[in-house]
Amino acid sequence: MRQTIVRNVAELPTYGYGPRSGPWWGAIGFMALEGMGFAIAIGAYLYLYAVNPNWPIGAAPPDLWPGTAETIIYLLSVIPNEMTNRVAHRQDLARVRLGLIVMALIGIALLVLRGFEFAHLNTRWDNSAYGSIVWLILGLHTTHLATDVGDTLVLAVLMFTRHAKPRRFSDVTDNVFYWNFVVLAWLPLYVLLDWVPRL
Amino acid sequence: MPVPMRTALVPFATLPLAACAGRQSALDPQGLQSDEILRTLFIFLIVAAVVWIAVVIVLCVSMLRRKRTADQPLALDAPFEQATGRVVFALGAATLVIVLGLSILSYAGQRTVFAKDERALTLKIIGHQWWWEVRYEDDSPDKSFVTANEIRIPTGQPVRVELESADVIHSFWVPSLTGKMDLITGQKNELQFTAKNAGVYRGQCAEFCGLQHAHMAFAVLALSPDEFGRWRDHENQSVSSPTNPLGKQGEQLFRGRGCALCHTIRGTLAGGQLGPDLTHVGSRTTVAAGTLPMSSATLAAWIADPQHIKPGNNMPRMPLQSDDLIAIVHYLEQLK
Amino acid sequence: MSMVAEQHELRDDALNGLQLSTRVEGIWRTPSGFLGALMSVDHKIVGRRYIVTAFAFLLLGGLLAVLMRVQLARSENTFLSADKYNQLFTMHGSTMMFLFAVPVMEAFAVYLVPLMVGTRNLAFPRLNAFSYWMFLFGGCFLWISFAVNVGPDVGWFAYVPLASLQYTPTKRPDVWAQMITFTEVAALAVSVEIVVTVFKQRAPGMTLDRIPLFVWAMLVTAFLVMFAMPSIMVASTSLILDRLVNTRFYDSSSGGHPLLWQHLFWFFGHPEVYIIFIPGTGMVSAILATFARRPVVGYPVIILSLIATGFLSFGLWVHHMFVTGLPQLGAGLFTASSMLIAVPSGLQIFCWLATLWDGRPVYRTPLLFVIGFIVIFVLGGLSGVMVASVPIDTQVHDTYFVVAHFHYVLIGGAVFPLIGAVYYWFPKITGRMLSERLGRWNFWLAFVGFNVAFFPMHILGLIGMPRRVYTYTADMDWAHLNLLSSGGAAIFAFSFALLLVNVIQSLRSGTLAGDNPWDASTLEWATSSPPPPQNFDRIPVVKHRDPLWLDNASLPVVAGLSVERREVLLTSLAEAEPQIREASPEPSIWPLLTAIATTVFFIGSIFTPWAVLWGTPPMAVALIGWFWPAGSKEDEE
Repeated sequence: MRQTIVRNVAELPTYGYGPRSGPWWGAIGFMALEGMGFAIAIGAYLYLYAVNPNWPIGAAPPDLWPGTAETIIYLLSVIPNEMTNRVAHRQDLARVRLGLIVMALIGIALLVLRGFEFAHLNTRWDNSAYGSIVWLILGLHTTHLATDVGDTLVLAVLMFTRHAKPRRFSDVTDNVFYWNFVVLAWLPLYVLLDWVPRL
Repeated sequence: MPVPMRTALVPFATLPLAACAGRQSALDPQGLQSDEILRTLFIFLIVAAVVWIAVVIVLCVSMLRRKRTADQPLALDAPFEQATGRVVFALGAATLVIVLGLSILSYAGQRTVFAKDERALTLKIIGHQWWWEVRYEDDSPDKSFVTANEIRIPTGQPVRVELESADVIHSFWVPSLTGKMDLITGQKNELQFTAKNAGVYRGQCAEFCGLQHAHMAFAVLALSPDEFGRWRDHENQSVSSPTNPLGKQGEQLFRGRGCALCHTIRGTLAGGQLGPDLTHVGSRTTVAAGTLPMSSATLAAWIADPQHIKPGNNMPRMPLQSDDLIAIVHYLEQLK
Repeated sequence: MSMVAEQHELRDDALNGLQLSTRVEGIWRTPSGFLGALMSVDHKIVGRRYIVTAFAFLLLGGLLAVLMRVQLARSENTFLSADKYNQLFTMHGSTMMFLFAVPVMEAFAVYLVPLMVGTRNLAFPRLNAFSYWMFLFGGCFLWISFAVNVGPDVGWFAYVPLASLQYTPTKRPDVWAQMITFTEVAALAVSVEIVVTVFKQRAPGMTLDRIPLFVWAMLVTAFLVMFAMPSIMVASTSLILDRLVNTRFYDSSSGGHPLLWQHLFWFFGHPEVYIIFIPGTGMVSAILATFARRPVVGYPVIILSLIATGFLSFGLWVHHMFVTGLPQLGAGLFTASSMLIAVPSGLQIFCWLATLWDGRPVYRTPLLFVIGFIVIFVLGGLSGVMVASVPIDTQVHDTYFVVAHFHYVLIGGAVFPLIGAVYYWFPKITGRMLSERLGRWNFWLAFVGFNVAFFPMHILGLIGMPRRVYTYTADMDWAHLNLLSSGGAAIFAFSFALLLVNVIQSLRSGTLAGDNPWDASTLEWATSSPPPPQNFDRIPVVKHRDPLWLDNASLPVVAGLSVERREVLLTSLAEAEPQIREASPEPSIWPLLTAIATTVFFIGSIFTPWAVLWGTPPMAVALIGWFWPAGSKEDEE
């Protein structure tokens, strides 16, 4: 077919932030399906809760302190996360590096705390259906946490190499965005795991 | 089905059953519930047929009618488009009305089918891979008894079956009497039905339950209330020891060859719990949960090699001399 | 920074004609050689592989069906043992649902969506390559297991407790559950790609109300996948955990419940039907417009129907559980919600009938399959209304009536449109036409064979024949109808053999197609057949819902994209206004390596939980390799 040029897009930028960029929508897509995974797991928990007259089954509720400490750190981590977001938008490489390192350290701290949380669930995965679903949900969230920490670490290293090009700042903002999802996903899980058994 | 009565004691012994496994069809309703379901089904069927024929007619007409000739795909006729829009909308609304109407109709049918009657005769059915344990329970233990793969019920009286599973999920289905209900591990379900007419109605497991799911059938014998009462009184009794030598030999072999480890015969030392209760096995209509009609030959074939007839089932093959086999079969057959 | 780079970067406005084509083709071409083939991220190459692989699984799954029909052709048949038969029907269902129906629809989307929205590749092309490898490995895993007698035998629904370790102590259910994980990862990846491609990579001017109906259908399908498949992932994971590390999700003696499995399975399993059917409707709309020679009546009605179907499909899973002893009122409400789906489906049918009514139909093979679709699917939809009724369902549930119903819906609703789509898009994909003469034979044999095979099953179910029985006794009176059904199945199978012959013949000696052999209206027909690696030399601009019918001689395009590196044009979500010239990834071996690492991890983890430990590092390494900038052109600005 004959082509008629009706428009020139040469002036357009080669990367962007937020909803303008493709990866941001990809992140949204994965958050949607992972969020659905959490929702299904929560549904399974509530189903088992509904069909069992005794809850938690044959165990004390989880100790509160690890989950509560995590929750506090998650909520506070939103602040350095948002600061990283802003300096990435400003393309301030030095501060982005700092932000990523701080976020990676927070993530590692949370992973350690998560280890304590597993140890203080007061049930094993093979004790009862209660133990199973608690371990599954916590495991599912830990996978997300670990994935994001891994991603943050790789990105932090990347920003110290020659690949720290402007478009990488967009990747940093996507990483920030995903962390917010990890935090947001945790909050209902905290209520479910630590407080529902105390009802 | 006419049930000839020969003697007052064993009216059930001569049911002409071996030739016929019984009816098993949703289109042949013999119960109040299956009747109601078939009525609902017919209404749905008529609506469906009308809609389908209408669609096919419109499809044919739209292919055959004369068309505009010029090939200009975008030259659309605005009034036609508007009119079409209205027609599509109207048809969509009609669809909505039809499905809501059918939903209400369906719910009415559902209420009837699942209506509960507290005066119902209650029995418990426990699904096993791949046979049915049937428990007639009564407040007085001497009126409670266990049988297998065959259910006898009185006609005209509601029957409630409580459904449980000993292993995996099964489904209790006697289409000529009512729809099915699952037997679910760790859950108690129940189903009520009323047989209108006397007869033999075949049922079959309808939820895939493993290797021999295909051979997990049973028979429901609907008897007149009098006959049912007599049967129940008789079934309630333990068996007495055989009097003839062959039968005695069979009884000994039944214990000696390990049969009694899995099977119970009330009134004898055989008290195994793993397999079907065989107390009155001689009066049953089928062998191996509806796999074969009951006869000396089929019983012998089954005992000789159950793994050939129903591969993978839990009854092991016992090496038996043919004399021993004959004795065991004879013993079991006279457990009426 | 980018301003500097732009100074000396060559753009497509500086070149023309052959010079431009050669240049753009050069940067979008997949590297040659075996390694190059493994590195390909071209959506057409991946899509073609996806389609061929899915059809290979169709043939395998169909072969199993034929064997089952041989077994059931007469009573007490000993052609297959109970064990083989149970593996066969499990493999048939699993293969058709997870390895054929869903993947083949996604495969067509992978191939066609970028062409139809006027872009050069999918969003996340490497993810797409990864998705294909996962699908391939998962499918091979299942079939190799079957070949060595570890084929799953607990049904494609794997109900617990039958599928639990206690009642099935073999590895067979694990194979099934992990195959699910493979294919779901693949499907989820594709769905995200499709959503982002449709949202962000549409040609300038392709506003929401100019998106082709096929693309709309695939968009809705992608959302369904995203929200339905997590449920089966949770289900299959928990089943494996129950079997491997003694969790108690489904152990009723420890607080678990077998019905939890059924809820999780059908919360996925019912939308699954629409994940298969909705793409079929998209194909119908595309074919119908072209061969009825007019746009499909009621474009907005169809889109709203698709969306409504998508939403409703999440509210009716319980109708698979009507005989599990649910509360009566609840079950009754699910009757209503299930029947309600007849409204959007009906609206689409009415729109298609109106299109044919007003159109000037050209009866080529694709249209024949669409007409066959209407006849068969409407019947299946109506029997669906019947099974949605609780009282009726208590009789027909788990009988051959239901087998007939869903084959009418799935084969009628998805396979007929799909075969139509093969005839329709084969010229675009290969550059050659399929034989019309063989096509007609193919259609009529399929139509007759299908109905002879499946219609009698309605009656069989009503006269008491349950599903999933490997044989039946001679006194059941089911033999005649079964024999008839088996005969029909043979004819139906033969029609697929004809399709295969037609494809092989036409690949070698079919008539050359040209760009737009059907005079169709959407953008995939604006480029050559088969399309070049870059799809379009310049990105088209869309001014009408049917751009090629508006003007089939000249194509408005944008200029200004790089001809030195892979670039795609990102546009805004609603109005498709150009926003970004985004770099598109180069070919890479890492998606394959990641898929291999993931495969090792998945297969290892049905044998030992420690696979989670030793399986993760290789995956992490492969993923870092995947995302680490290669220092190539995509990164240098």
